[in-house]
Amino acid sequence: MINALGSPQSLLLLGGTSEIGLALAHKLIADRCRRVVLAGRPSHRLDEAADELRAAGAQVDVVPFDAEDADSHPTVVEKAFVEDIDLAVVAFGVLGDQSEAERSGTHAVKIAATNYVGALSVTVPVSQAMQRQGHGAIVVLSSVAGERPRKANFVYGSSKAGLDAFATGLGDALQGTGVHVLVVRPGFVRTKMTAHLEPAPLSTTPEQVADAIVQGLRRRKETIWVPGAMRFVMSALRHVPRPLFRKLPV
Amino acid sequence: MWQGGPVTTERRLLAGWGSTAPTAADVMSPASLDEVVKAVGDAPARGVLPRGLGRSYGDAAQNAGGLVVDLTGCTRVRRFDVEAGVIDVEAGLSLHTLMRQVLPFGWFVPVTPGTRYVTVGGAIGADIHGKNHHVEGTFAQHVRSIDLLLASGEVRTVTPDDDPDVFWATAGGMGLTGIVLAATIQLLPVETSLMSVDTERAANLDALLDRLATTDDRYRYSVAWIDLLARGARMGRSVITRGDHARLDQLPRRKRVEPFAFSPHPLASMPAGIVPPGLLNKATVAAFNELWYRKAPADKRGQLQSIAAFFHPLDLVDRWNRIYGRPGLVQYQFTVPYGAEDVVRTAVDRLSAAGSPAFLAVLKRFGAGNPGPLSFPSPGWTLALDLPTNMSGLARLLDDLDELVVGAGGRIYLAKDSRLRPELLPAMYPRLDEWRDVRSRLDPAGTFASDLSRRLDL
Ligand SMILES: Cc1cc2nc3c(=O)[nH]c(=O)nc-3n(C[C@H](O)[C@H](O)[C@H](O)COP(=O)(O)OP(=O)(O)OC[C@H]3O[C@@H](n4cnc5c(N)ncnc54)[C@H](O)[C@@H]3O)c2cc1C
Repeated sequence: MINALGSPQSLLLLGGTSEIGLALAHKLIADRCRRVVLAGRPSHRLDEAADELRAAGAQVDVVPFDAEDADSHPTVVEKAFVEDIDLAVVAFGVLGDQSEAERSGTHAVKIAATNYVGALSVTVPVSQAMQRQGHGAIVVLSSVAGERPRKANFVYGSSKAGLDAFATGLGDALQGTGVHVLVVRPGFVRTKMTAHLEPAPLSTTPEQVADAIVQGLRRRKETIWVPGAMRFVMSALRHVPRPLFRKLPV
Repeated sequence: MWQGGPVTTERRLLAGWGSTAPTAADVMSPASLDEVVKAVGDAPARGVLPRGLGRSYGDAAQNAGGLVVDLTGCTRVRRFDVEAGVIDVEAGLSLHTLMRQVLPFGWFVPVTPGTRYVTVGGAIGADIHGKNHHVEGTFAQHVRSIDLLLASGEVRTVTPDDDPDVFWATAGGMGLTGIVLAATIQLLPVETSLMSVDTERAANLDALLDRLATTDDRYRYSVAWIDLLARGARMGRSVITRGDHARLDQLPRRKRVEPFAFSPHPLASMPAGIVPPGLLNKATVAAFNELWYRKAPADKRGQLQSIAAFFHPLDLVDRWNRIYGRPGLVQYQFTVPYGAEDVVRTAVDRLSAAGSPAFLAVLKRFGAGNPGPLSFPSPGWTLALDLPTNMSGLARLLDDLDELVVGAGGRIYLAKDSRLRPELLPAMYPRLDEWRDVRSRLDPAGTFASDLSRRLDL
């Protein structure tokens, strides 16, 4: 159960090798989380992550999960929910290659299939299972990139925009069911996925995002920005006229 | 046997008095005990749980995804022996209504908590204590028998003499052994509905501990309120109120005509959703605490007070918990044995240092415990305080205090808990396994379940 101060006792991490997800898992285990289900593509890295969480004191189950294989998602969810899941984190996603996505529809669709379609197809059964158990929280990792499409990565941004709209709407739809949805909008996070990129201003780390999620759950927030200042930056950027916005070095 | 149509349920979000961690359950509100029996017969997969007035602070009266049987419609008085002061009532009756019914006949409830708005079932389920614990023990110690609906559908009349295991597993059993349908209670004789109260102030915590330790045995009711925001030499400054039911000859002549007058009602109600965020901060609470301390007489004897003013000052504002706004509040209540005064000192010290905007830190002394394996009180000190959940560092602070409490052989109160680490429970309640044995004998399939039982693996 999630306690009065927002601490869960069981966790389903969708995207079992996500750096943000794993940073969060370690923090939750240090608190009082005891059961973790790691859902991800079978890999050495996934097994390693599972072992690290076990060493930290959790009972860990690994469930094979491929975001692009929507048909398998109900089974994945069923396996995770053999016992109550207090918190599910939708942490998978690909950045893709913007210029390739502009040239190849297949690549653009792959980004959307993982980040948007895959997230929907797994989150819907998760939210159903949580409604049946009458409690739980779903954390969806969106991105500031979904707030306003930039020409530098609008394919990725559009997939996050779709996901963000879905998650926000889901949160509204689940009011009164005991299931809480927290939408997280981090700025540039320094991870493996972004290692080849120049860090943007206000960049952040997986640890900082994980801390912000812990705080957000504690306060039962519905949306958080990481770092918090991002919220103001983005609300300013949202109103910049397009001709000007295109020219901004963002 | 129940003959009516199907029992209707409604999916609802439920929380405890702290309004933290709400969960959804199918709630049924039966109007008769027969309907309650029927509901348990058709128990769903996620189990059944009885609920009273929801005055437990945490998740004790919630059952996410399962069935919650709200007993507050079952309030009949089945028998009242006015001579002996023995009353047999349905479990949904509130102590408020019970007081109103028995006071005119010169009787009072044997034990009352800080609010009258709890049910008899909830009082037994949590084995509640009052300001008279050091003299008269818990509520269940005054219960002569209960009608208990078991998971099997059987209704068994259980007394502490004939079936002590079942009786004492149910008292303090947090609704997990069965549903108390009705209870027979031995009432307390009183001559009036007023209290004769002595009030004094203590300048700091040491003065308080010393004062209570040396003089508590002279009073039936005793409690101290601590200003948690006072620091330094004034750390633990407090107001001690103690007293007993006033005798008829203590009343002024004009009041003797109607010695049992009792018509309390809330003065105000806290409306929903308009509390400005940040209303409860260190400055406002410090101002309140200062006022409360100053307004208490430094030393006053034999002051006549109403039952409501003495026992239930909080009930004067209906739904006062809303002042904590959306994030809600937790109540932290622990007990430690005599000799572990240091834990009380450390707790007060750390909470004062954290600048917790807490009013109502309450200290009292417990007397002997009872045979209930999950009963909270045992000889020693108990400190209870309300804390806003959005206070920074609270989770860690309370986890640390838990360790101190357990290290001293103490425990926290399940009716108030909403955040304990499950690992600490067996050390706090060393007779947990004994209780589990009785429970699994009564309910082998685990029909009765709650958010509390899932969270703490009870
Ligand atoms: C302002 C305030 C002051 C308080 N002061 C005190 C105090 O001084 N001392 C003290 O001990 N407590 C105190 N409490 C706590 C309160 O007395 C207990 O939580 C009590 O159990 C609440 O009764 P309820 O009817 O609201 O029960 P609920 O909160 O609805 O239920 C409490 C538990 O009892 C079980 N239960 C309810 N009905 C039944 C039944 N018919 N059969 C079996 N189990 C049942 C539930 O399943 C649950 O586990 C206080 C609470 C408040 C809000």
